[in-house]
Amino acid sequence: MLKFSGAITVLTTFGIIWVLFSESFSFFKEVSIVEFLTDNQWTPLFANKRFGIMPLISGTLLTTAIALSVALPLGLSIAIYLSEYAPKRLRLIVKPLLEMLASIPTVVYGFFALMIVTPFLKTILPNISGFNALSAGIVMGIMIIPFISSMSEDALRSVPKSIREASYGIGATRLQTAFRVMVPAASSGIIVSVILAFSRAIGETMIVAIAAGQQPRLTLNPLVPIETITAYIVQVSLGDVPHGSLEYKTIFAAGMTLFVFTFILNNIAFWVRKKFREEYE
Amino acid sequence: MPCKQKQKIKMKRQTIISLFIATVLIAACGTNKSTNQTKENMLIGEIKIDGSSTVYPITEAIAEEYRIEQPAVKVTVGVSGTGGGFKKFYRGETDINDASRPIKEKEQTACTENNISWIELTVAYDGLAVIKNPANDWLSTITVEELKKLWEPEAQENILYWNQIRAEWPNKEIHLYGPGVASGTYDYFAEVICGKKIGTRGDYTASEDDNVLVQGIATDKYSLGFFGLAYYEENKDKLDLVAVNNGNGGILPSIETVSSGVYEPLSRPIFIYVSNTAATKPEVINFVHFYLESASAIANEVGYVSLPDEKYQSEIAEFNEFIK
Repeated sequence: MLKFSGAITVLTTFGIIWVLFSESFSFFKEVSIVEFLTDNQWTPLFANKRFGIMPLISGTLLTTAIALSVALPLGLSIAIYLSEYAPKRLRLIVKPLLEMLASIPTVVYGFFALMIVTPFLKTILPNISGFNALSAGIVMGIMIIPFISSMSEDALRSVPKSIREASYGIGATRLQTAFRVMVPAASSGIIVSVILAFSRAIGETMIVAIAAGQQPRLTLNPLVPIETITAYIVQVSLGDVPHGSLEYKTIFAAGMTLFVFTFILNNIAFWVRKKFREEYE
Repeated sequence: MPCKQKQKIKMKRQTIISLFIATVLIAACGTNKSTNQTKENMLIGEIKIDGSSTVYPITEAIAEEYRIEQPAVKVTVGVSGTGGGFKKFYRGETDINDASRPIKEKEQTACTENNISWIELTVAYDGLAVIKNPANDWLSTITVEELKKLWEPEAQENILYWNQIRAEWPNKEIHLYGPGVASGTYDYFAEVICGKKIGTRGDYTASEDDNVLVQGIATDKYSLGFFGLAYYEENKDKLDLVAVNNGNGGILPSIETVSSGVYEPLSRPIFIYVSNTAATKPEVINFVHFYLESASAIANEVGYVSLPDEKYQSEIAEFNEFIK
């Protein structure tokens, strides 16, 4: 029975990879991979067809970078506070509350970004567009905070007590202990949490589809509409592009690109965990 | 304002769900009815309609209403395009053709060769509005050439700033919004502005959901977009119209300028063509009457501008004359 359910998971994964590969392969028979990687325009649905994935990648990385720059400092501070400073009772309350952030449907986050965060940003930055990478990125950052805070906190807490006590023993303050001893000791777990949050942000769909816009644009300006890989896939899947056409195959090529990104990231996470894990007995 | 938007989307979804439920219920009732009801006022038969995808939404909406009224009449509505539809029409394969332009001479001769005569009935007007943000104070009129310069495929990557269109406009990036390639509105705009079979540039925010376009333009000072006039009417409070100048000084779209044809080239009448052979069948006659009677209400619902009521009356009179 257990073997069977394991086999289903593995087979599904292989099935998905197979579909992605075979469909993208027939896409790359018609569009050269060089054009795909180097062209700076992505307009496969229009008269002037261009197949440069870069605008979609830039959109994806831009929102992800904004999300991480929100989630990393916040998530890490929360983790350090919870493991080093907070009384046990408070931690038992706050941690599940934070994890609830991860259980909010992303479509709700998307509307939150569009209806509340963007109008608020507009009061500070009057030139910001209604759809923009900034508000989508910030909200996505809030969404992935629990990934970083929870996993980092676990990592910090799994550092043996003796190390913390030794640090206090030689006269280090709480702050010094936290940042100079505990964080380095738990670094592999923290890095892994960040990478997993990273790959979660890259694959996030609803928030960016709702709030970031639908215009592929090669830019690092967070104030204008952009389109991410995932939002493009949604856009095409919802439209009535004929199955089997070149336009239809673009979503597999885009999906393939996304897959390559998350695959690499997950492997780095795996490698970091193995390589930098500090063993304490 | 944002809340309203949200509500609208929610409402839209609810409408779809309730429509779905209604359809299921009605379908269920319909089958019962057809077996139970007396056959006096019930028609049986088939009406084949084909033609323009632009006219499709209104014809299909009316056909849906009609199926409730006459469940035993099978109405099929195809979308072969106006030309493709006329081909079937003059071969006598269809009863009614949806057309977004008047019948061409070539098609007329083909009809005559096949002994088919027809009547042209105008059912509504299709008008496109060019829309800007209310905070935009430099643009009030745009010429057709400027629209072409801005939207043609060559503009992609090249025309990116407002002052590239007119030097006195701001040196700011222009953000374009428009329907996606799957919509008839897109085809229409591309055809009259950029020319037949050319299409537009691709680097704009393209969405099949008009609410996305409304939201995008309403929140972006440097935006410009286009969509059906009906959507502007619903969102008047947060958007502004741009007058279109085609050598006539600039005309704002409105129900009056669209229906009188002054607002051009972004407005046009849409038609249905009924053949003489079809007009002998009672179910077709009944359907055409139903069409012209309900078109005025449904046209605005599906995004077109309805004709004045007396025009529908004269269309009905003309049709009655035709079937005599």
